[in-house]
Amino acid sequence: MATATQTRTGVVALQEERRQPQSMTRIVVRRFFKHRMAVIGVFLLALVVLYVTVGAAFYSEAYANKTNVRDKFEPPGAEYPFGTDSVGRDVLSRTIYGGQISLAIGVTAMLISISVGTLIGLVAGYFGGVVDALLMRLVEAILTIPLLILLLLLSRALMEISSSTTVVLGREISVTVVVIVVIIGLTAWTSLARIVRSMVLSLKEQEFVVAARAMGAGSSRIIFGHILPNCIAPILVAATLEVGVAIVVESALSFLGFGVMPPTATWGNILNGARQSIDDLWWLWVAPGALIMMTVLAINFIGDGLRDAFDPRSIR
Amino acid sequence: MGKFITRRILWMFMVLFVISIITFLLMRNVPGGPFTREKKLPEATIKLLNEKYNLDAPVIEQYLDYVGDIIVPRVVTGKLRPSSAEDYLISIPLSGSGDEQKTLQWVNFGPTYKSRSRSVNDIFRENLPVSFQLGVAALMIAIAIGVPLGTLAALKRNTIFDYMGMGTAILGVSFPVIITAPVLQYLFGVQWGLVPVTGWGSVEYAIIPAFALGFLHAALIARLTRASLLQVLNEDYIRTARAKGLAERTVIVGHALKNSLIPVVTILGPLLAALVTGTFVVETIFGIPGMGRYFVTSITGRDYPVIMGTILMYAFLLVIVNLLVDIAYMWLDPRIRFD
Repeated sequence: MATATQTRTGVVALQEERRQPQSMTRIVVRRFFKHRMAVIGVFLLALVVLYVTVGAAFYSEAYANKTNVRDKFEPPGAEYPFGTDSVGRDVLSRTIYGGQISLAIGVTAMLISISVGTLIGLVAGYFGGVVDALLMRLVEAILTIPLLILLLLLSRALMEISSSTTVVLGREISVTVVVIVVIIGLTAWTSLARIVRSMVLSLKEQEFVVAARAMGAGSSRIIFGHILPNCIAPILVAATLEVGVAIVVESALSFLGFGVMPPTATWGNILNGARQSIDDLWWLWVAPGALIMMTVLAINFIGDGLRDAFDPRSIR
Repeated sequence: MGKFITRRILWMFMVLFVISIITFLLMRNVPGGPFTREKKLPEATIKLLNEKYNLDAPVIEQYLDYVGDIIVPRVVTGKLRPSSAEDYLISIPLSGSGDEQKTLQWVNFGPTYKSRSRSVNDIFRENLPVSFQLGVAALMIAIAIGVPLGTLAALKRNTIFDYMGMGTAILGVSFPVIITAPVLQYLFGVQWGLVPVTGWGSVEYAIIPAFALGFLHAALIARLTRASLLQVLNEDYIRTARAKGLAERTVIVGHALKNSLIPVVTILGPLLAALVTGTFVVETIFGIPGMGRYFVTSITGRDYPVIMGTILMYAFLLVIVNLLVDIAYMWLDPRIRFD
């Protein structure tokens, strides 16, 4: 948040003479926490994170993946608070470990798609011309195909080679998790690329960029040192919302049987178990469904809060 | 304008072409073939089947054959076998009669491997209208709920209506179809018995699936309408309309609302793509015999022509819709020029 934000803070300080000068970050943080919905969102998300972390202290992952065919489709009771699934696994512990995977998928897919989207938007907007035309045509082409079709096909194409497991951060997980993260990440960047590009188009004409160039700064320094910090607002908002989108997409894929494969649990593939009979097996979708809803709702509240906090027009 | 449309149409064909190549390659690289069964078929049978469907030819040849059957129209002389008449989506009788009958045939998406007597076009004829009806019903619900909700929220800004409306909208955006659809199905179908639980046929089968699918988008439209109407209400021409003494109702409906819906029109393209995606899930949950459910099973069954056909068909429809949206955009807002 270097040069440009300083000038911006200067303007704010001039307008609000009697107030102490504040940094952009502090203004945004203050506005964010005044936003009632955003605070509720943070609270809800904290609850979900607590559930999947503290919960893990009570059940081991081996227990979550342990099958026990004699206890299959047990309704909730003393031994299994959330019931069991088609092979007798405990749903409560699976929602805990599945939640870790679902959240991890959301965050990593977001990191990939935000990096790709930002980079492509910056390059297309800054360099313009042929590069811009080609990249934007690529964006349009991706937007033309209904994404789920592409994801279904991709996941089937890559999945067969990977009915195995791998070790990530000391945990053994299905390789399908990695596949899902990569394909969601590599298909979800288009709208951010468009937003960043349009911001760069106007930013690169502004005085501070011209000044930087006059002082001999190279392209990469101008892009990453001067333009990127000014695009931070839409990037942060998109990053927040993208986590929710990735979680929903993963659960839809897993629900259709094209997502993460057992034994690794995710909220989506627990829901998949309820597909055969929703009225008899209600406990298979109530718990993971409620968790997905709570998480996505929280993320959307936070995203909205961030958007309003960054928006200079919504001064409260 | 003409130049813009021509360019877009050329670009459209290029996109479809690229999509077809990518899909074709991707599909052929999926391990396993269409005739891989749990109980293995004899080698000789598989060989015969591969020969019959030309699957032993080089991939490039297969691709060219496939695309050729779709884009190159052909004229056939003589009486048509009934099945051959239905293989083609477009079949127009030309001059002559009896054995001299000439027929122009165009757009053949090939056979399906799952059934000897049916072609991909047969599947389109049966399943596409179902998905289309579901999609259109969902779109209508989305607009019918979204626009009034967004308008109300904007007009009564920062009142209880605004908060309630936008609260509903954010709930709607946050509830994925895979959760709302089973919940609605359970409540209305199983618990209260108001509508059939699964299946397709009369209107009552469509209500809950269309609502489950449309509600999410209603929320998006409501937010968009609110934001855009708030912006429009600050414009000079609204002040002018009020200043010349028009009734508030006329100002809102005739001047503000019409212009505030322009951004809503522009998202119809992506919205339709999202609806298509949604139909996959909704059709699976409600057992609706549409394209989506068929597509999901054909990916598992490696039914190459069905996979290709569905993707190309949907891509084609979406490209057309996007083009129409761009044209509508120019027509609605004369300030926009694309050249």
